[in-house]
Amino acid sequence: MKFTISWLKDHLDTTASVDDIAEACTDLGLEVEGIFNPLDRLGAFTLAKVKSAEKHPDADRLRVCTVETNEGDKTIVCGAPNAREGITVVLAKPGDYVPGIDVTLSVGKIRGVESHGMMASERELELSDEHDGIIELPSGEVGEKFVDWLAANDPTKVDPVIEIAITPNRPDALGVRGIARDLAARGLGTLKPLKEHKVPGTGPSPINVTIDDDTKGDNPLFMGRLIKGVKNGPSPAWLQARLRAVGLRPISALVDITNFFTYDMNRPLHVFDADKVKGDLRVHRAKGGETLVGLDEKEYTFDPGMVVISDDEGIESIGGIMGGLPTGCTEETTNVFLEAAFWDTIQIARTGRALKINSDARYRNERGIDPEYNAPAIEAATQMILDLCGGEPSDVVVAGEVPDTSRAYKLDTDRVQSLVGMDIPADEQRATLTALGFTIKDGMAHVPSWRPDVQGPADLVEEVARVASLTKLVGKPMARAHVGVPKAILTPMQKREGMARRTVAALGYNECVTYSFIDEASAKRFGGGAGVTRLQNPISSEMSHMRPSLLPGLLQAAARNQARGFMDLALFEVGPVFHGGEPEEYEQMITGILVGHTGPRDRFGARRPVDTYDAKADVEAVLTAIGAPAKLTYVRDMNAWWHPGRSAKLGLGPKNILGAFGELHPKAIAEMDVKGPVVAFAVHLAKVPFPKAKGTGRGALGASDLQPVERDFAFVVDADVEAINLVNAAAGADKALIADVNVFDEFIGGSLGEGKKSLAITVRLQPRDATLTDKDIEAVSAKIVEKVGKATGGTLRG
Amino acid sequence: MDDLRQKYIDAVAAASDETALEDIRVQAVGKKGEVALKMRELGKMTPEERQVAGPKLNALKDEINSAIAAKKSALADAALDERLRTEWLDVTLPGRPQRQGSIHPISQVTEEISAIFGDMGFAVAEGPQVESDWYNFDALNIPAEHPTRTEMDTFYMTMPEGDNRPPHVLRTHTSPVQIRAMMDQGAPIRVIAPGRVYRADYDQTHTPMFHQVEGLAIDKDISMANLKWVLEEFCRAFFEIDGIELRFRASHFPFTEPSAEVDIRCSWEGGTLKLGEGDDWMEILGSGMVHPHVLKSAGVDPDAWQGFAFGMGIDRLAMLKYGIPDLRAFFDSDLRWLRHYGFAALDVPTMRGGLSR
Repeated sequence: MKFTISWLKDHLDTTASVDDIAEACTDLGLEVEGIFNPLDRLGAFTLAKVKSAEKHPDADRLRVCTVETNEGDKTIVCGAPNAREGITVVLAKPGDYVPGIDVTLSVGKIRGVESHGMMASERELELSDEHDGIIELPSGEVGEKFVDWLAANDPTKVDPVIEIAITPNRPDALGVRGIARDLAARGLGTLKPLKEHKVPGTGPSPINVTIDDDTKGDNPLFMGRLIKGVKNGPSPAWLQARLRAVGLRPISALVDITNFFTYDMNRPLHVFDADKVKGDLRVHRAKGGETLVGLDEKEYTFDPGMVVISDDEGIESIGGIMGGLPTGCTEETTNVFLEAAFWDTIQIARTGRALKINSDARYRNERGIDPEYNAPAIEAATQMILDLCGGEPSDVVVAGEVPDTSRAYKLDTDRVQSLVGMDIPADEQRATLTALGFTIKDGMAHVPSWRPDVQGPADLVEEVARVASLTKLVGKPMARAHVGVPKAILTPMQKREGMARRTVAALGYNECVTYSFIDEASAKRFGGGAGVTRLQNPISSEMSHMRPSLLPGLLQAAARNQARGFMDLALFEVGPVFHGGEPEEYEQMITGILVGHTGPRDRFGARRPVDTYDAKADVEAVLTAIGAPAKLTYVRDMNAWWHPGRSAKLGLGPKNILGAFGELHPKAIAEMDVKGPVVAFAVHLAKVPFPKAKGTGRGALGASDLQPVERDFAFVVDADVEAINLVNAAAGADKALIADVNVFDEFIGGSLGEGKKSLAITVRLQPRDATLTDKDIEAVSAKIVEKVGKATGGTLRG
Repeated sequence: MDDLRQKYIDAVAAASDETALEDIRVQAVGKKGEVALKMRELGKMTPEERQVAGPKLNALKDEINSAIAAKKSALADAALDERLRTEWLDVTLPGRPQRQGSIHPISQVTEEISAIFGDMGFAVAEGPQVESDWYNFDALNIPAEHPTRTEMDTFYMTMPEGDNRPPHVLRTHTSPVQIRAMMDQGAPIRVIAPGRVYRADYDQTHTPMFHQVEGLAIDKDISMANLKWVLEEFCRAFFEIDGIELRFRASHFPFTEPSAEVDIRCSWEGGTLKLGEGDDWMEILGSGMVHPHVLKSAGVDPDAWQGFAFGMGIDRLAMLKYGIPDLRAFFDSDLRWLRHYGFAALDVPTMRGGLSR
């Protein structure tokens, strides 16, 4: 919303400076987005008089002028054809910045003659496009400031423009009067009374208006009147200047008048060319499928239920949003039908959005205009039409009635102070509300008709607070809720998430934050892509579906990094994945990928492609860090994006999966444009059981002083025997004595023959009561061999 | 006997390696060595002679043994020195490579924020990111068809065929967590709610996903002046600048009344932003007193309870504090960016240790 200071002064009697007005606006909640003040650019220039103008000795087109200035006579070389003796000019001196040519002047020599300044054209001062000659003023004294002369003689040229952002709750501030009212309440001047107009009609309007019964709820009021014999044409210069200043294009007097009311009083109006209206006007709901070419020359097709205005030939106007081109006013219009109506805001918003029309009318009608101003608006606009275009008005036709929006709320002045935390005396609170148009009676504040946003006592608090100025608010300490050492604030899950995150970063992974939505193909590849996870309005097809897994986002990140020349990567993310479209269908996961090699090339030959066991070590580290039990079940039934033979899930039994690790399927990697190998791990953070017992004790340490003994065994087993079975069998041979079983070697093929492998384990025996004898050791060794044999069919390697 | 002593002490001193030393030991103090032979002669002596010679021989044996031991260790030291002289390495060669992980600035800054608010007694609340229309809008006093809704650039979910509920949305702010937290815990309550939020906007300064932290404090007598104090304390602690000043400016949010936008004093001198000094103001967050309708939606009696809420951008706070120029880069996962702007795994922000290193 833009307004000029002179426009503001139509409504506000004030001597406040532009800066004070702007500061007050911002503080009141009408945030200033820009100030355009011609005074800032023209302030340096003064008036001067040309005493003589001689032809330049070396140039036919130049004149050497002697100019009388407030600093004495100066010589100025000038090329303008109208530079001549006796005229009053606008002088720019050396050191002045001339905006139109973007130059700061200095004393210069022009063809051998020194020139001490310049006499400016309108274009050089950005006053207009005029550049046929220098400015000649009809009046003014030498040394007078040019801006002062303009203010006195041509004020629109120095009218500062302020642009403010209007929050959706303040439709009244979409009119200059609303802004003036706020400023007056703040004490920046006095609100001028609104001029009342009453233009008597000279007979009934030949055009009648009706509202269909089923439409009355969405359109309670329509007023109109015919004005015949008008002379349309360009509007007067002052009106054009105003509209231009706030960013509108002057069209014709009739249209400019409606735009004037839109910006002056937040009062959209419409004018029909009465000669193009066939029969009466009828406000009704569209059947659906009808079309109309709007004033913006675009064709609109209506949905059933949209509120429109028709004549005998069909729809002529989109009520409260935009008029139709066929009945629009032109320079030739002689009979005009003026409309002022009050529409339901929701209906306007819905229709405007569906038709994608962003007009000034829609903007205001969907935020809410003043219903009480409907009748006065007709009169005031009629008066203005008569003033500018002449004509003869009919009586006013009325359909529907002014809706009753009167309401009042209790003003609890103590509550205001308690909420805001500022000392605002009760009298001041009442005065503020009164200045804003509220009527205070018996402790109740009656809301003015132009404030649809005020819907309860809380809104009164806001009005009082913003006028009192929140800038003045001083912070007051807020006591802690509890005395003493602050309690921990994170939930077990939040702590777990942090622990997992920092564990993985400590393992050398770089944390990423990728978008929660991905493209459909990637979503489908990783188990998602269901219809309910699709956004209705994605900003691009790359971001259309909620991610079912963190893997695709990380793989896309890997691909981008590989394109930049980083081939070996360790990336991870902690974040939500989505199993469906309902709010509860999400879960927090941590997922990491290792891509390429373990590290850069080195002298140690340690560099190798990443493999499943890297991912396994990392998933185990995460699970341990968040308190998962040490013994987990391996499940080999994997989703399609994992390598079928080189991956597994880890769970508390086959149904309760905590995580997964392994190599990704080569096809999945290729489809994501990543150069592999890629191994990955993923942990369902919330699935790991949370500790039940609340207590910090650890239990006693059972360390024995007796010497432990280690014995190695190598078993030959079938190649598909899983090491875990062998280890578990060995460990089960004597649970009291065997402290640990570890696989330290695997050998496949060779002398063992096809389909066989050797697994070497080391068993650590920890006696508790007495040192082990050879006999004890032999006994347990025999039992280990027996148990392993039974469980795996393995035999000791000869 | 003195000759014997001198002979072996000299021999030990002259020995050049362990073998020579062992030969000397056998010759001197071995079972058949010269000292042993002398010991045998003791039997032939008178008791008086024996009393003199015996201790002397024992002392001699001890002396030779010690000399041998000392020489042995000297030889070992010399041999070690010699070995070490040959074991020179070029220590400027690179060490064994180790991957260096990092924590994303969003995570780090979120932890910083919760450390500060935790100290002030705010717990951390969470909520879903696919949110029902009611939690994201209605409960927050944003009625259907209200311009505020359309101005929010909301992402809508596709509802299953035949499902007539209003479509779910990707939460446009963390404010729905206010409602969920109050419904769960009632009043009094102090929570912050950090997390991902979504708006359909993508340009130089906007990404369709970003992060907000919501704050909510409800009690019997919490005022807007308390809100200002809490935010000022927060900003001073977070930016680690004591002189930070905030300015409240009236504004409008449907879920608060009165509402204020909050500006931070700053200077742009020389094109660089400095907080806590200068004459400019930069908007950093929105806040206000929780609207009675919002309290009511969440089952809290607005006549008995009052309090404030605020919301600010975590990404924005991170950019301001750590001088990160481009929001879009947060979500690009460029390894160079992650390493440059990321934090070490063990760099955990705490109130006692300070937030940044």
